[in-house]
Amino acid sequence: MPAKTRLTREQIAQRAALELPDGAYVNLGWGIPNLIADYLPKGITVYFHSENGILGMGRRAKPGEEDFDLVDAMKVPVTLTPGASFFHQADAHLMTRGGHIDVAVLGGFQVSEKGDLANWKIPGAKGSGSIGGAMDIATGAKMLIVCMEHTTRDGAPKIVKKCTYPLTALACVDTIITDLAVVDVKPEGLVLREVARGWAPEEVQALTSAHLIARQKIPEMSFV
Amino acid sequence: MKGKVYASLEAAVADIPDGAQIMFGGFGGAGFPNNLIQALARKGTKNITAISNNCGTREGELGLMFKNNQIKHVIASFPGPHANYFQERFAAKEVTLELVPQGILCERMRAAGAGLQGFYTTVGVGTEVAEGKEERFLEGQRCILELPIRADYALIKALQADELGNLTYRLAARNFNPVMAMAAKTTIAEVEEIVPVGAINPEHVMTPAIFVHRIVQAKGLRYAG
Repeated sequence: MPAKTRLTREQIAQRAALELPDGAYVNLGWGIPNLIADYLPKGITVYFHSENGILGMGRRAKPGEEDFDLVDAMKVPVTLTPGASFFHQADAHLMTRGGHIDVAVLGGFQVSEKGDLANWKIPGAKGSGSIGGAMDIATGAKMLIVCMEHTTRDGAPKIVKKCTYPLTALACVDTIITDLAVVDVKPEGLVLREVARGWAPEEVQALTSAHLIARQKIPEMSFV
Repeated sequence: MKGKVYASLEAAVADIPDGAQIMFGGFGGAGFPNNLIQALARKGTKNITAISNNCGTREGELGLMFKNNQIKHVIASFPGPHANYFQERFAAKEVTLELVPQGILCERMRAAGAGLQGFYTTVGVGTEVAEGKEERFLEGQRCILELPIRADYALIKALQADELGNLTYRLAARNFNPVMAMAAKTTIAEVEEIVPVGAINPEHVMTPAIFVHRIVQAKGLRYAG
């Protein structure tokens, strides 16, 4: 067996980028998902949606190029790609909620075995919490991918039987991509699709509190 | 006909009473009516119910009004990591919060503007935001009832207005502004430029004049966060 390593945040983003179909309308959330735009495979064109009313959002603005009326949902100055459009926030969320976004990728605190997502508030954390667009996006996207570390900093599993953190949406997640595995949420349960290099399915299962279905020899997570 | 163009920011907000329910446009630093907010802070209106995506950026945007303790209740989706004056008041129980998913916040305002008494949605089902809300099973899915959000005033930011109140917006500074313009009894727009009637191509009007009641040119503060 090769040495066991966990994927970096960039490598998780790189793996997730492979899930985006050519021509898709895509919304990327905060955290790891926001890195995905840098790793699109050659020959794949996708159109990025931003909840503040942009379709066809491009790369981040370079120093000197910033226009603070043209920002992404994280307040970062961005650019446009040819064919971009602007619209108001209600139309932006009509797109998320109305099933018009092909793929959304969000960060997560917990995902349950039924595909429930918790990603907006840590119990006991100080302050009001902030929902933003996460509930609309998680509920309405045609396909929802969650990118996150497989365990918390303290080593607690984040793929769980039932979420104990405040929920974002029920039964919304299709695929989970972590630093250890790719897992699909299917009607029969959580199906282990790939594992990180050097990891055995049983070792990934040991760090997962929900049951993972491992049907055949599980391939290694690929990047390119 | 009484004109919609106001000579000063102070005049545009002069009649906003204590206890008013007010929408504030803007998202991510863009499209905030920062000059109207500053005027309302100088006026010192108290006990405001504020409807806004976020709760300010330090002293910028709505932050100043939380610092001054002018807001008693806020309906927001993303109070935000830099809304320290809001968070201090919230922790001290000097301000209450209704947290609403962002798209539902938009749609509840849109319902108010559209003369609808609410709508059912799958967003929020099974989460904290569903607490106390009527639940129904529609088209095979669990849904909750969401009610309109109305306001006495909407303070918005646009790029251009003609003297009738037709508005255009710049880039992603449009965001919440057109939606709020529809949902308030009195919509006050601060704009960078006021042009004669007919100077905006009708095909380029983004908010039709019927939704806009007061216009004031504001050349000062554009980004306050």
